[in-house]
Amino acid sequence: MNQWWTPAASLWWVILIKSAVLLLIVITTFAYAMLAERKVMGWMQMRPGPNRVGPWGLLQPAVDAVKLILKEDLTPKTADPLIYRLAPFISLVTALSVYAVIPFAEPQPGSIWAISDVNAGILFILALTSIGVYGISLGGWASGSKYPLLGSVRATAQMISYELSMSMSLIGVLILAGTTSLAGIVNGQAKLWYFIPQFVGFIIYIITAIAETNRAPFDLVEADAELVGGFNTEYSGLRFGLFFIAEYINMLTVSCIATLLFLGGWTAPFGWTVVPGIVWFLIKVGFFMFFYIWLRSTFPRLRYDRLMAFGWKVLLPVATLNLIVTAVVVAVRG
Amino acid sequence: MPRKTLYNVGALLAGLGVTFKYMFQKKPTIQYPSEKKKHAPRFHGLHELRRYADGKERCIGCELCSSVCPANAITVIGAENSPENRLSPGERHAARYEIDELRCIFCGMCEEACPTDAIVLTPRFEMSDLRRGSLIYAKDRLLVPPEAGVGAAPDDRPNGIPADLGRVAEIKSTDDWQKGYDATFRGTVLKTQKKGLAES
Repeated sequence: MNQWWTPAASLWWVILIKSAVLLLIVITTFAYAMLAERKVMGWMQMRPGPNRVGPWGLLQPAVDAVKLILKEDLTPKTADPLIYRLAPFISLVTALSVYAVIPFAEPQPGSIWAISDVNAGILFILALTSIGVYGISLGGWASGSKYPLLGSVRATAQMISYELSMSMSLIGVLILAGTTSLAGIVNGQAKLWYFIPQFVGFIIYIITAIAETNRAPFDLVEADAELVGGFNTEYSGLRFGLFFIAEYINMLTVSCIATLLFLGGWTAPFGWTVVPGIVWFLIKVGFFMFFYIWLRSTFPRLRYDRLMAFGWKVLLPVATLNLIVTAVVVAVRG
Repeated sequence: MPRKTLYNVGALLAGLGVTFKYMFQKKPTIQYPSEKKKHAPRFHGLHELRRYADGKERCIGCELCSSVCPANAITVIGAENSPENRLSPGERHAARYEIDELRCIFCGMCEEACPTDAIVLTPRFEMSDLRRGSLIYAKDRLLVPPEAGVGAAPDDRPNGIPADLGRVAEIKSTDDWQKGYDATFRGTVLKTQKKGLAES
């Protein structure tokens, strides 16, 4: 049965160790995702990007962290002190909690490559990311200032509009897989990755995921050019840092979900099983992260009314149609 | 909603292609402190007061640079040369010569106005300082130290323009000065020589 080196996945101390390790990994990934973004965007704009701190700029994230921690922590006089302080934590905690259910590689007998295998994993993730919106909305509202409020109003409207289409696009995958367990969905893609039968859903998911994480070209919530910094205008120091971390971790999360649901998770393409599944998973996630950065350095920000019109008049009808077609095809084929 | 901008997926992909292509191109960035840009040979930078080969100052304290300066950056106070204290070959020398480098617009008109080619603009451009007062350069910093020879000069710059831009360049010592120098004539010489350059 379970040897000491393959302890049961449900032992409390195993979960504790796994959580601590995963937390470290995710935070480090955030730090280097940020560096990668600055580097890649720099290259695309014919700049070398950060290259002063450490070899090739590799120590830049550490220096940035120290800078953020040392900065003055300001609370505006008009702010609601409790909610103002709570908001960054809501953002970060929900962003991090998602990793409790994400499987990174194939489950082995007696141990799994995840903190826990929830049989409603995808619902858990959707629920948590929805709570994450509260961080942004409350943060902007509690700042007691003009631009943050506009930012959070936009955040609320944008999230509602795009989350609907996002869920619609995910339901197509759930119908094909017949399960809401993330590991189960990946196992369903052993023969064919779902982005082929669910191509429309895949495209919709990619677009809505950008809007969900407030990334360019859908970064209306931050909109530096028009809203100063949007919801986080009044935040400084470590609290701003928490929002910042949450944004990048959300990026990572939607990349993980896209990988799990559409690109077959840890499944190797063309039967190249020589490379372990965890590596395939990371490659796929890395591809999505790069795609995000690529989009940001390519496209200008959408106008707000166009963003809403695109969400409601294009994405939602297409996603619904895709869902109906998928349901009918699956029902007909039995 | 304009269909052209939102639904033209081909244009979006083309845009992605452009950024992807640029990612691998050579970056034009100059890593400044460790790597410096090569300036044009006649770049207008920090001023310098030159000397003749025998160590005498070229400046005769005529204040032409000061009057021509559009930014009023130059202050010159001239003084008579006495036989025992002879700083320049002419009758007068600059007792004080100060340039406020913060006012200076580096137009080079002082250089053009100078009848003796005493004030020149060197290609040196790194002169930042912590105090405004430190950027008022006086003779102690402007004048070429005696051991440094005649100093960088327009005729010494490796720019392909002939060394004898005007007859002044031929005057290397105080003795040459005595041969006389027609300042009014200089402009014509310059023009004809530059014209000759442009044709060749």
